[in-house]
Amino acid sequence: MIKIEAIIRPNKLDDVKAALDALGVQGMTVSHVMGSGKQRGRTQHYRGQEYVVNLLDKIKLETVVSDAEADSVVKAITKAAATGEIGDGKVFLSRIDNAVRIRTGEEGDGAIR
Amino acid sequence: MVKAGRILAAGGLFLLAMGAARAEQDIDTGDTAWVLISAALVMLMTPGLGLFYAGMVRAKNVLGTLMHSFTMVALVGVAWVLWGYSLAFGGDGALIGSLEWIGLRGVTGDPGPYADNIPHLAFMTFQGMFAIITPALISGAFAERMRFGAFLLFMLLWSTFVYSPICHWVWGSGGWLGGLGALDFAGGTVVHISSGIAALACALMLGRRKHLGSEEMAPHNLTMTIIGTALLWFGWFGFNAGSALAADGLAASAFVVTNTAAASAALSWMLVETLHRRRSTALGAASGAVAGLVAITPAAGFVGPVSAVVIGFVVSFLSYGAILLKGRLGYDDALDVVAVHFVGGAWGALATGLFASLAINDGGANGLFFGGGLALLGRQFVGVAATAAFSLIASLIILLLVRVFIPLRVTDEDETIGLDLSQHGEMGYNLEAV
Repeated sequence: MIKIEAIIRPNKLDDVKAALDALGVQGMTVSHVMGSGKQRGRTQHYRGQEYVVNLLDKIKLETVVSDAEADSVVKAITKAAATGEIGDGKVFLSRIDNAVRIRTGEEGDGAIR
Repeated sequence: MVKAGRILAAGGLFLLAMGAARAEQDIDTGDTAWVLISAALVMLMTPGLGLFYAGMVRAKNVLGTLMHSFTMVALVGVAWVLWGYSLAFGGDGALIGSLEWIGLRGVTGDPGPYADNIPHLAFMTFQGMFAIITPALISGAFAERMRFGAFLLFMLLWSTFVYSPICHWVWGSGGWLGGLGALDFAGGTVVHISSGIAALACALMLGRRKHLGSEEMAPHNLTMTIIGTALLWFGWFGFNAGSALAADGLAASAFVVTNTAAASAALSWMLVETLHRRRSTALGAASGAVAGLVAITPAAGFVGPVSAVVIGFVVSFLSYGAILLKGRLGYDDALDVVAVHFVGGAWGALATGLFASLAINDGGANGLFFGGGLALLGRQFVGVAATAAFSLIASLIILLLVRVFIPLRVTDEDETIGLDLSQHGEMGYNLEAV
């Protein structure tokens, strides 16, 4: 099993969700996060004083899929989240040892399907 | 002799009774209604000021900042009745009032010595609302870091030993600045210069906030600040037009120039920040409106509407410049009380010496631009300098005194968690509670 963590633009969440839905991926966890990267922050002015805000709003979408699905899911996410500009985000992959569905006690791939 | 004295005393009492009866009939109901409504309008300014300030601080200090204004309504509301009013308006001294009206003894529904058309109590409570908002104005300087107990003690002492004396100088019977002929219609010196320079004393004594200059200092809710500005602007009609102490043409004139100066200054602040930063901001429009209201305050009963446009237009450039200068000098007047109230108030006082016209108020004087020469301008300058010097020094002394009993600042840890939790044990926003 592979855990996919995608840091994306907030306004791309709907597109990414639709792309995952088309692949039949239903399980996901979404959070509002702040982060910094190559994208420069925004400058704010209050009474003439300048504030540079480095941390920008992003969305973190986490989902765990089977080894076989991982490649196509990552491709779907990158395609749906891309604008071509700096600040589109990143996708991180990591191996997961096991998963348990709380309702039934199923383990492994059966728990995430 | 004794008998004669007693008869004389009785005769005196009879005359006094006659005087009281006659005075009762002289009360003008329209004037009284306007002054009482104006007092209520000025009362609303102080919680409005709380909103104005609270929107500019971080979310963790929103209640602490609101409390700085709100508790002044309570604290000075009591002190004014017990001794503040008497120290400001009692007696005929040059420097301070007397204790003759302590606890409002002898202050009744009959007219007092300051206005023969309204009850003495109406005059007293109208003035009380000015005494309430003035110390609250200072609180913007030490926002986000002052200990609540030290704050209360400082404010009580400041109201008693700074506000009441300066108020007596300018408006009290025998007061030396009023006697000199310095004009202050509604409180440019008494309210704005006194509080604006006290704010500098506080900023210097308390020191800078931790991590000043990083992104987390940005205002947390400017919608709140705009609501506060609206309440201030609304209440200011009572502040300035009510200072005519009558529902008459002078009140209408003061009302019109008040609105005009605020409007002009809101526009010019948006202009100056567009020239400097290429953006007009909501905080800038609000700051400009307040600066315009401050500047017109001393001039309100003495200048015409076109003069008000100029007074309002100029103040934004001066206050905005003072804020930029603050950044260079490095003192942390958190919410710019010095720039808005001291600089705006000083400009308004001096502008009165430029734009005052006997055609507007024959009880005033002509300023430099209306054929009066430099005489009034000179007297206005004396008023600004004397008020600022006394308030600055007295405020520093009071802060040093308070510091003997209570540390002025909260601890580093309390500053980090915010005034709401550390000083009051509550939070303004519990949005994440399940």
